[in-house]
Amino acid sequence: MAKAPQYDTIVVGGGPAGLTAAMYAARARLRALLITKSGMGGQAATTLTIDNYPGFPQGTTGPELGRAIAAQAERFGAQIARDEVLELDLQGEPKTVRTKKLGTLSTRTIILAPGTQPRTLNVPGEGRLRGRGVSYCATCDADLYSDEEVAVIGNGDAAVEEGLYLTRFAKRVWLVVVHEEGTLDATPVIRERAFANERMGFIWNSVLEEIVGDEVVEEIILGNIATGEKQRLPVAGVFIFIGATPQTEFLAQQIELNQSGYIVTGQDMSTSVPGVFAAGDACQKYLRQVVTAAADGAVAAVAAEKFVREEEWLETVFSAPGALLVVCWSPAVRESYQAVYAAEQAAQNTGTRVVKLDLYRHRQLAGRLQVDKPPAILVVQDGTIAARLCGDFTADGVMESLRSVQERNEQCLPIERKEVNLDATSRQEQL
Amino acid sequence: MQPVDKNNFEQEVLGSRQPVLVDFWSPNCEKCIKLMPALQELEQRYHDKIKFVKVDVSKNRRLAIAQKVRNLPAIHLYRNGERVDAVNDQVTGEAVESTIKQVLH
Repeated sequence: MAKAPQYDTIVVGGGPAGLTAAMYAARARLRALLITKSGMGGQAATTLTIDNYPGFPQGTTGPELGRAIAAQAERFGAQIARDEVLELDLQGEPKTVRTKKLGTLSTRTIILAPGTQPRTLNVPGEGRLRGRGVSYCATCDADLYSDEEVAVIGNGDAAVEEGLYLTRFAKRVWLVVVHEEGTLDATPVIRERAFANERMGFIWNSVLEEIVGDEVVEEIILGNIATGEKQRLPVAGVFIFIGATPQTEFLAQQIELNQSGYIVTGQDMSTSVPGVFAAGDACQKYLRQVVTAAADGAVAAVAAEKFVREEEWLETVFSAPGALLVVCWSPAVRESYQAVYAAEQAAQNTGTRVVKLDLYRHRQLAGRLQVDKPPAILVVQDGTIAARLCGDFTADGVMESLRSVQERNEQCLPIERKEVNLDATSRQEQL
Repeated sequence: MQPVDKNNFEQEVLGSRQPVLVDFWSPNCEKCIKLMPALQELEQRYHDKIKFVKVDVSKNRRLAIAQKVRNLPAIHLYRNGERVDAVNDQVTGEAVESTIKQVLH
């Protein structure tokens, strides 16, 4: 048998989704490693106030929440490494993750939580003046704009909240809004706060067309979409909050992504590759918030645990020498009870081991064993499936198959056949 | 990393014989805090060739603005009283190290 993988799961990404996945996985006694390139908390860590994460009546901060979930994950034994993933082999058995510092690591499952990055507008001046007054992080840079005038591009929750944060420093914060006067995409509670803030100014019907500055940002040029007029606005900084793009380029050839690059998952957060799960903002989903990221992480970890347990079970079953009967049944399929009975009788009479596999609970295993539907009985000889029985099951029929499999086996390996001690009574193992 | 402020920036940075790396940061800036362990690692490796200092922008805003800092974290490298290089976008330990190497070259 191949060497066991170093980890049961490797989580890629240190935001709320990845941290929660690592916490759940470690608590389920999986050997879990989380790899984060930029520390704890992900995008949430750049948000100072998190008002709507349940359980914090006074709100909390992104960095605090990130550190708290990390501490919780480590308490259950999760390993957290600051490192960078260079390459993933998702198809292999085991899967491998090549990293910058830790080298190549093997794992049974992978949970992808790469998150998103701020979307850029790609207007003239934006790229050149990045880090010179063009910002995507208000909490990082607000200190530098005390008593200055700044512009915020966008009008969703993030844009307006970051704008409100900037009013604590800047003397004037201009919100550049594409909609007509009075309309913001932000939720009402945030909208009301913005309208009530005296330092907040609104420029309606407008889009950013250019950012101007020699060494640093000096002014911006706005276009009015109602009148076509241009307006120059002298500002010291431009904060751009127009949404996000998923950081999934490195996965493009490996798992299914939607047209916008978000990872497509099932309800159990499984991706198009078995044993690879995804969580958080990088997934195709309806709502991208800390609370839904954490929830994804929990689901992905539980699904990964199930995958690991099934794989371990398979290994145990198939590493045993000698003959073995695997009965694939389901509590929902009455005909499968007869198969269980026949297999147990045959096992008792011949001293063969028998294991029952509930395909209703373990649908993934059905696929891996290539069993379409219950009932079915697999005759396993020395770790390989030697026969597949279906149809009407009788103890005699099963014993007949067992005999013929073993005879075939003797013919094939007359010299090296090992003496195998089977338990006198059949042992039952149930997953 | 030695803290430097508006009162001794001239002497410690501009007047230094050695090249100086200045980390402009703020306690409100989570990215700055995340970057610090990497900078400390670099300090261990390069302290005999470069002096490492940090400026808390929340207390020395005018100094930062005068040094053309507009976003945090910003890493500036000075030699003979002049800024010779800077990393102020996508600031990572690796990016800072390659800039250090360029400056020392």
